[in-house]
Amino acid sequence: MSGVRHLYVHLPFCASRCGYCDFVTVVGRHGQHQAYVDALLAELSLQRELLAEPLESVFLGGGTPTFTEPTELERLLGALPQALEVTVEANPETVTPKLASLLRESGVDRVSVGAQSFRPHLLDMLERRARPDDVRRAVYALRDANIDNISLDLIYGIPGQSAADLDADLSDALALEPEHISCYELEAKRGTRFTHAHGAELARQADAMESYFERVVRRVTAAGYRWYETANFCRSPSLADGRDLRSRHNLAYWRGRDYLGLGIGAVSTIDGRRWRNTSRLGAYLSALAAGERPPHEMEELPRDVRRSERVLLGLRLDEPLEVAGLESAVDWSAVERLERLGLVRREGDSAGTLTLTRRGRFLGGGVTADLLA
Amino acid sequence: MELERIRNFSIIAHIDHGKSTLADRILELTETVTGRQMREQVLDTMELERERGITIKAQAVRVNWKGHELNLIDTPGHVDFTYEVSRSLQACEGAVLVVDAAQGIEAQTVANAYLAIENDLEIVPVVNKIDLPQADPEGTAAEIAELVGDDPDHVLPISAKTGSGVDAVLDAIVERIPPPSGDPDAAPRALIFDSSYDQYRGVVAFVRVVDGSFRAREPLRAMAQGTRFESEEVGFFSPTMRAAESLGAGEVGYVITGLKDVSRLRVGDTLTSERRPAEEPLPGYKDVKPMVFAGLFPTDSDDYPDLRDALEKLKLNDAALFYEPETSQALGFGFRCGFLGLLHMEIVRERLEREFDLDLLVTAPNVAYRVVTQAGQEVEVHNPAEMPREIERVEEPYIRASIIVPKDYVGPVMELNTERRGRFDHMEYLSEERVLLVYELPLADIVLDYYDQLKSRTRGYASFDYDVIDFREGDLARVDVLIAGEPVDALSLIVHRDQAYSRGRALVDRLREEIPRQFFDVPVQAAIGSRVIARETIKAKRKDVLAKCYGGDITRKRKLLERQKAGKRRMKQVGAVEVPQEAFLAVLNLDGGKK
Repeated sequence: MSGVRHLYVHLPFCASRCGYCDFVTVVGRHGQHQAYVDALLAELSLQRELLAEPLESVFLGGGTPTFTEPTELERLLGALPQALEVTVEANPETVTPKLASLLRESGVDRVSVGAQSFRPHLLDMLERRARPDDVRRAVYALRDANIDNISLDLIYGIPGQSAADLDADLSDALALEPEHISCYELEAKRGTRFTHAHGAELARQADAMESYFERVVRRVTAAGYRWYETANFCRSPSLADGRDLRSRHNLAYWRGRDYLGLGIGAVSTIDGRRWRNTSRLGAYLSALAAGERPPHEMEELPRDVRRSERVLLGLRLDEPLEVAGLESAVDWSAVERLERLGLVRREGDSAGTLTLTRRGRFLGGGVTADLLA
Repeated sequence: MELERIRNFSIIAHIDHGKSTLADRILELTETVTGRQMREQVLDTMELERERGITIKAQAVRVNWKGHELNLIDTPGHVDFTYEVSRSLQACEGAVLVVDAAQGIEAQTVANAYLAIENDLEIVPVVNKIDLPQADPEGTAAEIAELVGDDPDHVLPISAKTGSGVDAVLDAIVERIPPPSGDPDAAPRALIFDSSYDQYRGVVAFVRVVDGSFRAREPLRAMAQGTRFESEEVGFFSPTMRAAESLGAGEVGYVITGLKDVSRLRVGDTLTSERRPAEEPLPGYKDVKPMVFAGLFPTDSDDYPDLRDALEKLKLNDAALFYEPETSQALGFGFRCGFLGLLHMEIVRERLEREFDLDLLVTAPNVAYRVVTQAGQEVEVHNPAEMPREIERVEEPYIRASIIVPKDYVGPVMELNTERRGRFDHMEYLSEERVLLVYELPLADIVLDYYDQLKSRTRGYASFDYDVIDFREGDLARVDVLIAGEPVDALSLIVHRDQAYSRGRALVDRLREEIPRQFFDVPVQAAIGSRVIARETIKAKRKDVLAKCYGGDITRKRKLLERQKAGKRRMKQVGAVEVPQEAFLAVLNLDGGKK
């Protein structure tokens, strides 16, 4: 039945928790890293029949995967299925030359570095441990270890961030010539410590920061990057020896492919069902120690929901969305209206394709809400 | 019953001064209800009345006291229902005026007392709640005596709660209030002072018989309207419906008409017999003139027929309610309704929502205008959007407002009244501490939030009542609102020309806050005719994205978009602009209501 080609592995451990973070994370707990990797491998073997190996992509996210005990990380990487792309997320301060070569030798060919900013006061605001030079050192170490696909994560819209701060961050990031850049607006998610402390300040700055997204896109695309997804950029093939540097793993999400997720809080979507593992470490470990699947919440995805998701995900990309089979998920009168406003483009005959225009992409959330049936 | 042994009276009081409690004690003391039947506030039957502690509908109950037949005609007790009070008072020869010994005279006390005096009623003044620790029976008695021109010794001290002194009130009703005059042998005439609708028996008229008598199975006619029907039953309340042989001259009771069409019997009309018709109707009631108007629209347009049926039913029990179909380009099909005042509007809205289970959008209220067009035509305008553009003259209703406040708050009240185009009439010290202020004000300046402002600027101490006195010419202008160039009928307003700019500005500012940013620039303008007096632009959105969307985020993002989509569905489309329903209420609180 299924032949899942994309695997996500969640490594929740962090040295400390950043105020704005709402991911499933666990601080410290060195004593449990081994047990956790045991559990991950146990979960993998329970689910392995779902996978069609070799895989297209494996992605280790966190948490801080590179904060995991190196021996455990190495054991995990060694036991994971082969894939065309293996990405690991890393915090700059954890990337030593030794770790870089460990990753490389374990088959990792892509590293996503959580830089977030190069301004010390903004890093402090975000409660990040790394300093600007840590980011540079990490990138050099990865290069030295022959990792030739590096992504940098940046955050904009940080309390106190001026337009000049943003420009400087972009310059510093571009100077490192990463293959890929992810640039996210800071989300003040409800319930985080950060929102509690800075929510009001962010609301005050909202008007001033409204242009930051445009600024990011303008600046990064001018440097020769392709704006291939709402928040993601990669170096154009002409500047990268013809390589397609889009993240294979994340493209799978946006193209509506099935994926298996392992670890606490990890989400899987396979054959019209989506489930989320428990985010409680204890419950996860004890279930797998007993040879059982971890507790999880199951969500059925009826056909109409899957079609809507295909539209909402597909429109995040710069490539045209093939509408055939998805017609019922689209409100065609809204499409006409949005076309007149210059936000959407329809091409081809019969069903054809839908693409957001450049302006449409800046308004992608609202435009998508409008054109979903 | 011979006329000599009949007494018809009302109880009038400011809200919470103890009218209903006194009525309850009277029913007990006269053994009209047994202790076991006794519920508090027997006369207030409607759920809503009980909850709000106010009485909406007049009802009449017959009690017996020392060989006399006493008819207690209940009256509503709030500022908006002056008209209903006066209807009830016309069916009486006397009124018991109740004043709280701890509160003293309030604005409504004054208004009701004047109404009673205008109707030539004998007033039996009563000071209630004398058992309260903070009561000042002597001081209050002096205030009442001064108000009604009586001797303070004539004011009866009672506690309606304990029943103390209530028998003396009943004695005074018999002794002081004159029996009804009328001719038992003349052609029958009865005044319809209220009505109610029973789904099995049709329209039930509450009447005060003046001449002759009325029986069941008798052909009758409503004189003004010409409606003919046969009485199915006559009787009285004691306190529930009791059929009787006949209702004679001077008596109060009900006539079951069997009429199924509520509009065929108007309160205020005179009933007579077809066999022996009277020549002249009784001095008529003035036709009810609603002064405050608002549009009522069903939130779900499918509910329109239900709203129409509900209004039709309410109208029977509420002679003052007026309605006509209205079509708004922004809000769809609904009704333009006329009310006596804001509380009346609020009660109607609540009854529609509660008793008829309707979800309503109520537009900002406005007053009735009398307009003379340049062509010399005279029209009454109930809706700003219908105000003709070629105007010779506009008249608006004015009220005389009585406001009673502790003397420290005279300044703030005067300031408020000046802001509201008020004209000072006079001021009286009711006591060393309390002052009566009388102002003339345009009703238009009262209907929005005057009462709230008055209460907040006087820390709740002010009491307020008003009477519509006349229509006066005003320098009024119609201000239209245009959203992205489209005029929005539901947002038009009529204001004094001096306030046009500030109101237009405030409205445009409010709309800019209420209307979410769209994918394009949206100009919002206020204009008098073709002249734009205020303008704001709702800037187009520059970004609207969900930053991150990976495997674990998809469900959450999808739900977010679904919510966004549902939110858009609730908006009204004005041209290409999506306007939330709340924006149509922006006119409601232009002053003070800023967030």
